[in-house]
Amino acid sequence: MMRMTYGAAMPANARNWLAVWRRNYLAWRKVALASLLGNLADPMTNLLGLGFGLGLIVGRVNGTSYIDFLVGGMVATSAMTSASFETIYATFARMHTQRTWEAMLCTQLTLGDILLGEVAWAASKALLAGTGITIVAAGLGYAAWPSMLYALPAIALTGFVFASLAMVIVSLAPSYDYFVFYQTLVLTPMVFLCGAVFPITQLPAAFQLVAALLPLEHSIELIRPAMLGRPVGSVGTHIGALCIYAVVPFLLSVALLLRRLMR
Amino acid sequence: MSSVAIDLAAVNKSYRGKVVVNGVTFTVAAGECFGLLGPNGAGKSTIVRMILGMVPPDAGKITVLGKQVPAHARLARAGVGVVPQFDNLENEFTVRENLLVFGRYFSMSAREIEAVIPSLLEFARLGSKADARVAELSGGMKRRLVLARALINDPQLLVMDEPTTGLDPHARHLIWERLRSLLARGKTILLTTHFMEEAERLCDRLCVLEEGRKIAEGEPHTLINEQIGCDVMEIYGGNPHESIELIRPYAQRIEQSGETIFCYAPDLDQVRKQLRGRAGLRLLERPANLEDVFLRLTGREIEI
Ligand SMILES: Nc1ncnc2c1ncn2[C@@H]1O[C@H](COP(=O)(O)OP(=O)(O)O)[C@@H](O)[C@H]1O
Ligand SMILES: [Mg+2]
Repeated sequence: MMRMTYGAAMPANARNWLAVWRRNYLAWRKVALASLLGNLADPMTNLLGLGFGLGLIVGRVNGTSYIDFLVGGMVATSAMTSASFETIYATFARMHTQRTWEAMLCTQLTLGDILLGEVAWAASKALLAGTGITIVAAGLGYAAWPSMLYALPAIALTGFVFASLAMVIVSLAPSYDYFVFYQTLVLTPMVFLCGAVFPITQLPAAFQLVAALLPLEHSIELIRPAMLGRPVGSVGTHIGALCIYAVVPFLLSVALLLRRLMR
Repeated sequence: MSSVAIDLAAVNKSYRGKVVVNGVTFTVAAGECFGLLGPNGAGKSTIVRMILGMVPPDAGKITVLGKQVPAHARLARAGVGVVPQFDNLENEFTVRENLLVFGRYFSMSAREIEAVIPSLLEFARLGSKADARVAELSGGMKRRLVLARALINDPQLLVMDEPTTGLDPHARHLIWERLRSLLARGKTILLTTHFMEEAERLCDRLCVLEEGRKIAEGEPHTLINEQIGCDVMEIYGGNPHESIELIRPYAQRIEQSGETIFCYAPDLDQVRKQLRGRAGLRLLERPANLEDVFLRLTGREIEI
């Protein structure tokens, strides 16, 4: 049995992916306004609703107001959901129903080029969503200028991580129906385990250990201090962990999709 | 450039133990139009996908434009234009945007793409539709856009999977005419079809497939002469058994498909005489075609 070699399926060069990214950008531009509002409405509602509502009961958290504490968590969470949803719904459609990848595979693009373009696109949308909330939060006085700028690369990296992870789900899921499990069993628990809405010190010790292994935890550890204008600890560890979470699932998804689409 | 565009040697492919392509061997010469002719499920699309490096063969060797496939499929595809069996245009994009986006997949610059778009639109007779959304185009226009898109990288070789399936006769003739003009420009074409007339009109040579096997190969007229070599009478109606008994002495060969009798005979006038005066018969005399070749080789009519 001859196999497609994994090497030949990897990104062919450093710029092929951009053609895929630009295809998605062109499609997005046609619906940009609606998409932007949709992407911002949900996290802003959470931020303001929880921030003001719970903030009254909770009082101060880790030496700051609850809403200030919440901003970093909401920005990281929105980057996570934005990248995840773009990948599991829109990317899956381009692979499956819209046959977009089929057309791309007739050109000199490799499967890896396509996946890299898709992941970079989902990360861009995550960056856009995260930046949008950051700007609104800063405008309302809940984020520290200019240190919040340090959060932007972390938001983009978070986007890459969750796009790569979602790509693995895309490569395994037979249909849309399976994505809800990823959302309810993986993404939503992660929000609570990783300290997005309350400090993880509130959790039992065992859960704190688990949290330290999860990517969202590392995102929040980078983004929250930047939003609060505080120094970030163990930067290298967090970035390293996120890079592993971006690269390993990406390579895995290339291998899985090669077996799924090209057999 | 080598005179061989595509070479398949003893290629096999199975899906879950079911053999879909069975020891297929053929060579497509540069500049010719080569057809893969066969009914639905014969394995045409699978062969096309193997040639494009989208599906690895289980065994055998494939060379496209001098490159080993699938190992170097990316390099091979840089010189190939593809018309897939099912349209995969960007429905929300305009005609022009479709070409722009596709050109970028070949690493073409915006300037290079803009430079070729007018001639591609003219070629595809879509000049007035440049800014129309694909969703607004007719089936024939979409197919012509797919063809224009396949030409964006100025390929030497075009690989087309059922380029006219689902089109009305007018749209189909327009595509045929466009393909002839590509051949006149020296392009090589590999096309699949289950449509005998298409194969006969366009192909210099073809390979007849059934259930993954090559059952014949050659120039359409040579195949027809070798396999049939005389005219045909189609006989409808009446009692088929009686008709067959009457004409048997004068026929070279008789095939029955459903209620239709195909009578191959050197002298059809004799056959006609035998059937004269029989009630309810309808007779149609015509030259032999690839349909007859397929019927002869497989014992059945091609099914669509
Ligand atoms: N990915 C696949 N998995 C399983 N069976 C397949 C796959 N692709 C094609 N087949 C089977 O292979 C046979 C040939 O299909 P195909 O090459 O599409 O034929 P054609 O294009 O001549 O209609 C069919 O029986 C089809 O069901
Ligand atoms: Mg087919």
